[in-house]
Amino acid sequence: MNSTKSTVPFKGTPEQEAQLLAVIEEKKDTQGALMPILQKAQEIYGYLPIEVQTIISDKTGIPLEKIYGVVTFYAQFSLYPKGEYTISVCLGTACYVKGSGDIYNKLQEKLGIAGGECTPDGKFSLEACRCIGACGLAPVLTVNEDVYGRLTVDDVEKILAKYSA
Amino acid sequence: MENITVKVNGVEISVPKGTTVLEAAHNAGFEIPTLCYMKEINEIGACRICVTEVNEGRGFRLVAGCVYPCSPNMEILTNSPKVIESRKKTLELILSTHDRKCLSCVRSGNCELQKLCKDYGVEDAGKYDGVNEHYEIDDTAAHMYRDNNKCILCRRCVAVCSKTQGIGVIGANERGFKTFIGSAFNMGLGETSCVSCGQCIAVCPVGAIAEKDYTKQVMAAIADPEKTVIVQTAPAVRAGLGEAFGLPIGTNVEGKMVAALRRLGFDKVFDTDFAADLTIMEEANEFVERVQNGGTLPMITSCSPGWIKFCEHYYPDLLDHLSSCKSPQQMFGATAKTYWAEKMGIDPKNIVMVSIMPCTAKKFEIGRPDQNAAGVPDVDFALTTRELGRMIERAGINFLGLEDEKFDDPLGISTGAAVIFGATGGVMEAALRTAYNTLTGKTLVDIPQVRGTEGIKEFAVDELNVKVKVASGLSNARQILDDIRAGKCNAQFIEIMACPGGCVNGGGQPQVPMGIRNFTDIRAERAKVLYNLDKEMPIRQSHENPAIQELYKTYFEKPGSHKAHEVLHTTYVKRKINEV
Repeated sequence: MNSTKSTVPFKGTPEQEAQLLAVIEEKKDTQGALMPILQKAQEIYGYLPIEVQTIISDKTGIPLEKIYGVVTFYAQFSLYPKGEYTISVCLGTACYVKGSGDIYNKLQEKLGIAGGECTPDGKFSLEACRCIGACGLAPVLTVNEDVYGRLTVDDVEKILAKYSA
Repeated sequence: MENITVKVNGVEISVPKGTTVLEAAHNAGFEIPTLCYMKEINEIGACRICVTEVNEGRGFRLVAGCVYPCSPNMEILTNSPKVIESRKKTLELILSTHDRKCLSCVRSGNCELQKLCKDYGVEDAGKYDGVNEHYEIDDTAAHMYRDNNKCILCRRCVAVCSKTQGIGVIGANERGFKTFIGSAFNMGLGETSCVSCGQCIAVCPVGAIAEKDYTKQVMAAIADPEKTVIVQTAPAVRAGLGEAFGLPIGTNVEGKMVAALRRLGFDKVFDTDFAADLTIMEEANEFVERVQNGGTLPMITSCSPGWIKFCEHYYPDLLDHLSSCKSPQQMFGATAKTYWAEKMGIDPKNIVMVSIMPCTAKKFEIGRPDQNAAGVPDVDFALTTRELGRMIERAGINFLGLEDEKFDDPLGISTGAAVIFGATGGVMEAALRTAYNTLTGKTLVDIPQVRGTEGIKEFAVDELNVKVKVASGLSNARQILDDIRAGKCNAQFIEIMACPGGCVNGGGQPQVPMGIRNFTDIRAERAKVLYNLDKEMPIRQSHENPAIQELYKTYFEKPGSHKAHEVLHTTYVKRKINEV
């Protein structure tokens, strides 16, 4: 089983930790505190790596595995940070039919990460999305605010090169 | 309690309000199958194998019998065609993601899923086969492996780990089709603060989790003419092994076990009970010393390696409370490879010490540091009761037909105080017998206050001015430990066992199907074996064991001597809960 610890070094600040501790302190004695704590924690850090989940576990007494189970159950939580550039590949019906699945696979291969993860240097994160309303340009991906359409697998390298500089 | 009347398959029966359909059916003589359900521990109604037709006046419908409460005049059908069909369908769906390697599975023959498939006449196990996740086997822990390809997601293991033991290092990760049982961030179990108690293995209905099997290595050692292979058996093994051969729960098979071990080819068949008596000598001495010299109190027993690892991970600040005594298993190995080896003129390097334990944490314990009195590991292989059962079967020994035999001398000589080590409260009772006799000159051998399966027991020995506590099951232990931390514990001596009920219910004992466990207290049934043995023993106080007296006279001098410390005592390690 592959580890799901993020390979991007944790860059949490003392301010973020103070914020998180305040949230835990406020909520920990209420029933069902874990969900709101996790939501706030993700707001504070942007994602929920082992460092953050461990703080929550230590302070609430909830076993780390139980927290991890909840985090991996809900799609709203992420174990990985967003990169400097978030690449979002549309896997909606039209794009998928036009081959966006291959493009998505190529990106995973080139970046060496799975969908949802972030490269260790913090540069790129990759995710799949559903229909961004540009079906006429299918297959489509976005890099932050930039939109790329009518793509083939061969375009992947060129696009990455543009942001790697 | 108000009673209500229900009809199970036409049989009218009166049950207390709040009784579940499953319990009412059981009382009426009909068993409803279960997979996820564990009374009071895992009542989640998830697996749906217990579906039962009930009519509450609005016609018959299927409900989860394990958790659905009876209502007045309810009609219950446990075996209707609709029920059978539904259960069969559930089994077929479970099988669609189950790695059906039954022929090579350690649980073949006592697998709860296999039995249900046979009972319900599942013809095509691959009926709903489709895309499946493949899981790597996790063998990172010293004592067990997990093969999630066989897991049916019943969550019994998760429930015992978090509820019974208060640990929670395993749980359900991801969701839907991708759900699997594992640890946080997919860590291997060996990287977590798992304490190796093996309670998860004891409740697994299938072969998804099992102890690491060392029977092959042991048989190879026996076949090696260079090696003297000796075996010790823990008290609780004799109270559980019979179940592996179809005997009723609570059958004493001590004599047959000794005979079988001899037939397997062990050079000497010894008894861990000998070392239990030795433990009492050392532990009682340590306790008296602590009382007299202002040492850390309360002192807590150190026989249970699952408890030791738990304390190291979760209460490292309380490690000074632990007795420095090695566990009986380790004391035995250490004594065998020093005293006995010298006596027999055998190089300890050529002794292979095998232990048969009701325990999986013993597999972890033998690899601990500071457990090698003769410069080689005190114990080489720790096998579970289940592994011994498999060895006996494989060797074609007709276990049930064996005549009783006796342990070898001198490390097979023991007392009634030793044999009760296998039940919660037994170590405490044994220690009190010796302490009471030593300090008052009077004899006290039956101490019912520390017997029984309650999670926490207390007893004040007024004549000794000592208060003692006994806890089994780690969530019970937590209560006492939290009291110690808070400075609220008024006891001076505490016994803690990792497994609920003590070693008789250890993680290495034969698995009992949950359908039986839900209605039988296996802890109490197996403990009875030990208390009966104790009652019949001519000597019931550890310090009166002649072999122990001889051992001190000729080797250790006296309890707590320098030599005893070198051989029989150990040290502990501070560990963390969540290591990032």
